[in-house]
Amino acid sequence: MAKQLDKVDVVTVGMGWTGGIIAAECAKAGLKVKGLERGRDRGTSDYQVIHDELRYAIRYELMQDLSKETITFRNDRKMRALPMRQMGSFLLGEGLGGAGTHWNGMTYRFLPYDFQIKTETEKKYGKNKLSSDYLLKDWGITYDELEPYFDTFEKTIGLSGEDKNPFAGKRSSDYPTPPMKKTPILKMFEKAVSNLGYHPFMVPSANLSETYKNPDGEQLNACQYCGFCERFGCEYGAKSSPETTVIPTALKTGNLDIQFHANAVEIMKNGNKVTGVKYIDTQTREEFIQPADVVVLTSYVLNNAKLLMVSDIGEMYDPDTGKGTLGKNYCYQIEPGTSGFFKDKMNVFMGAGALGMTIDDFNGDNFDHADLDFIHGASISLTQSGNRPILTNPIAPDVPVWGEAFKKASIEGYPRNLFVFGQGASMPHKENFMSLDPVYKDAYGVPLLQLTYNFTQQDINLHQYIGDRTEEIMKEMGAETVVAGSPITDYDIVPYQSTHNTGGTIMGDDPADSVVNPYLQHWDADNLFAVSAGSFSHNSGYNPTGTLGALAYRCAEGIIKYSKQGGSLV
Amino acid sequence: MEKDKKGYSRRDFLKTSGIATGAVIGGGLIGGLVGYNVKREGKTTAPEGGNKEGVPVQRQGGLKFFMSANEFNVISQATERIFPKDDLGPGAIELGVPFFIDNQLAGHYGSNAREYMQGPFYEGAPTQGYQSSLNRGEIFRQGIARLDEEAKKRFEKPFTELEGKQMDEILTAFQKDEVSMNGVTAEFFFKLLRMATLEGVYADPIYGGNTNMDAWRMKGFPGHHASYLQDIEKDTYLELEPKSVSEMGP
Repeated sequence: MAKQLDKVDVVTVGMGWTGGIIAAECAKAGLKVKGLERGRDRGTSDYQVIHDELRYAIRYELMQDLSKETITFRNDRKMRALPMRQMGSFLLGEGLGGAGTHWNGMTYRFLPYDFQIKTETEKKYGKNKLSSDYLLKDWGITYDELEPYFDTFEKTIGLSGEDKNPFAGKRSSDYPTPPMKKTPILKMFEKAVSNLGYHPFMVPSANLSETYKNPDGEQLNACQYCGFCERFGCEYGAKSSPETTVIPTALKTGNLDIQFHANAVEIMKNGNKVTGVKYIDTQTREEFIQPADVVVLTSYVLNNAKLLMVSDIGEMYDPDTGKGTLGKNYCYQIEPGTSGFFKDKMNVFMGAGALGMTIDDFNGDNFDHADLDFIHGASISLTQSGNRPILTNPIAPDVPVWGEAFKKASIEGYPRNLFVFGQGASMPHKENFMSLDPVYKDAYGVPLLQLTYNFTQQDINLHQYIGDRTEEIMKEMGAETVVAGSPITDYDIVPYQSTHNTGGTIMGDDPADSVVNPYLQHWDADNLFAVSAGSFSHNSGYNPTGTLGALAYRCAEGIIKYSKQGGSLV
Repeated sequence: MEKDKKGYSRRDFLKTSGIATGAVIGGGLIGGLVGYNVKREGKTTAPEGGNKEGVPVQRQGGLKFFMSANEFNVISQATERIFPKDDLGPGAIELGVPFFIDNQLAGHYGSNAREYMQGPFYEGAPTQGYQSSLNRGEIFRQGIARLDEEAKKRFEKPFTELEGKQMDEILTAFQKDEVSMNGVTAEFFFKLLRMATLEGVYADPIYGGNTNMDAWRMKGFPGHHASYLQDIEKDTYLELEPKSVSEMGP
C-alpha cells in the first residue's frame, strides 16, 4: 500500500529545464511545489573532474541508467520492437538538471513559420504539397504570442548572441550578453558562406560570453572554451543549466522541496481531475503518493508520453484510423553534412558546446520550395565544440578503419578536419508514433515506451538538398579533400545523431488532434499540465531548448492562473 | 547547490616524480609479453586532505579480468594490430591498452551494468542495435578464444605466434563476419575490440592506457586544460604539453 504524503499545490515529475522553470515560477508566486526527481542531486561542485572523455562522453556518467529503464524500438509496425539496450542515437538525461546538465547550449527560437506551418504551407504551395500521410498542424500559438516567453527564457539563461539573422522572428529585446568569440575556424565558415551570398550569424549560446547575473539574481560565469561541454557538466558554472539557474531560484523561496530517487510510476486520477503522482523510492522501493492540486509532467519527451499512457489518460493514437492523439506526431531530425580535410593544423581541441556560426538561408520557408519535393529545411552550421580524441578519428572513405593506415590518417586528419552540417527539420508522419510495449518492462514493472519510427521520403529529399548545400560550402572553404555524407536510408538507433526527440504529447487548439491546449494544459484534466519537446507537433531545423524553455514559461503562467481561477484556460 | 567557484583548477598537488609503477604481475606472464618492459609512469600523488603526511599512493598494475597469460597475450597482439607502433609513435601495447581493456572488463563496462539486459532476447534488425544476452566480458572471453581457434584452423599455430599479416587476415575475417560466434556476431566483437582499443589509446591515463599521455602527444590533443580563453582567437596552431584530468581533482 502506497504511503500518502501531505498535499502540495504543485507536483512536477522531473527536475530538468521544464521542471526547474515551472518550480521557479510557481515557487516565486507563493505556491508550494514538490519536485520529483528519479536521479540524484548534483551541481557545479560535482563537475570538478569533468575533463574526462571516457567517463562522461563514452560511458555516459551523467545520463540515464538504462538498466532501470529504456524504450523499445522498431522501424515500422511489421517489425518486432526490441529494447534499446545501449544508448546511441540520443542521450537521455537523469538527475538534477536532466539533459540540461549535459547539453551543448545552442539556443534558438523556432521560426514564425513553424508555429503556423500548416496554414503557411497551404497558403503558399496548396493543400497537396505533402501527401496526407504527413500530419502537419499549427501549434495553436503564434510566434508573436510566444515571443515574451522566449525573451524571459533568454534572460534567465543570459543567452549570448547577435541579432544578425535576417530570417529570425522579431525580438522585443537584444540578446542579454554579446556573442561568443569568433575563432579563426568560424571565420573560415563566415567567409565562405558570405561569398556564396548567405547570411551568417553566431550561434546563440548558453555557454556565456561574459559573467552575467540573471533577473532572479543567479550568477553565471564566463565560458573558458575548455572543449568539454556536450555530454559534460560545466565546472565553471558558465553553461546555463537548470541547476545553475532556475532550481536555485526556486529553492531560495523556501517553496520548493525536491524528492530525489523518486521514480514516478502513475498519475492518480479521479473523474476528470488528477489527484497526485505515485512514485517509487528507488533506494527503499517504498511506494508513495504525492497528492497535489496541480500535476505537471516535466520529464523528457519519452517519459511524459509514457506516464500518460500507463495512467490511461487521453486516447491512444491509432495509426490505422488516425484517431486518438497520445503518442502521435513523434518527430526527430536529420543531419546532412560534409566533412573537409584542410592543409593546415587547427586548434580543434578548444571550443565550447555552442561555439559556432550558422546560416538560416535554407531553414523553414526562408527559401522557395515551389520546385522542391519537400518542405522546411535546416540550419547549416559549423561548430567548434572541442574535438576529443576517442570519438574524433576523421579519415577519408577509402582509408581502412584499423591498422597502420588508419593510425596515420586519423592522427593526420584530427587537427585538419572540419564538418559543416545541417539540422534538418522533421515532419510528422502517420506511421511514426509512440505506444506502450506489450512485452518489455522497466525495473519497477511498468511497461516500456515503444517507438515506431523511420525516415520518410520528405526526410530523404530534404537530406539530399541540404547535403548538397553543405558540400558547396565546404568546397568554398577551401578543403583539400571534401567528403559529402551518404544519403539516409532506414533510421538506425545505434549511432549518435541528436537528442532532439519531439512529439507524442502535442499541443494545439483542438482536442481532436492535440493532447494539451496552448497553455500546455491537458484537454481531459484541467489540473494536469505536460510540457516537454513532446509538445512540439513537428520538429524544426534547430536545437529545441529555446522553444522548450519558452513553452515552459508559458505553462508556468497557465498553472499560476489556474491555481487562482481554476477551469480550462482556453 | 553551493557553487565551488574557487579551488577547482589551481590546487597545489603534492607530486613525487620518477617512481615507475611497472606492471607488477607474475613473472611468467609478463616475461612473455612484447613491449611490457616499458616503464609505466604511475601517478604518485597524495589526495589533498585525507593524507596530510603526503604518503605516496602507488598504483599497482595487475590483471583483474583476464585469467590466463594466453588470453592477455592474444588481446595484446590483436590491439597492437589495430593500433600498431610506427614512426609516429607507440602502439597499443606500449600505450597500456591491454591493461586498460582488462580494467574496463572488470568494471561496469564488462558487465553492462548500466544497460538494459532483461529478456526476452531476439536477433533483431541491424537498426535495433545490440541485442545479445551476453555481456561484454563474456563476448571478449569468447572472442579471444575464437581468434585463437581461427589461428589454429588457418595456420596451425596459436594466434600469438602468427606473423602480423596472418593476424590481420584473421581480424579481417572477424570484421567481415566470416567467423561464427555464439550469441553474438564476430563483426560485433570486432567493433567492440576496435572501439575498446581506441578508448585505451586515447582515454585519460588514469584508466591505465595512454601511457605517459603519448597517444595525446601523437595526436596533438592536450588533455585537460583549465582554460583556452586567452588562446581561442589565435591564428597559430598551439602545441601544448598535455595534462591529465588527475591534475584537475583531488
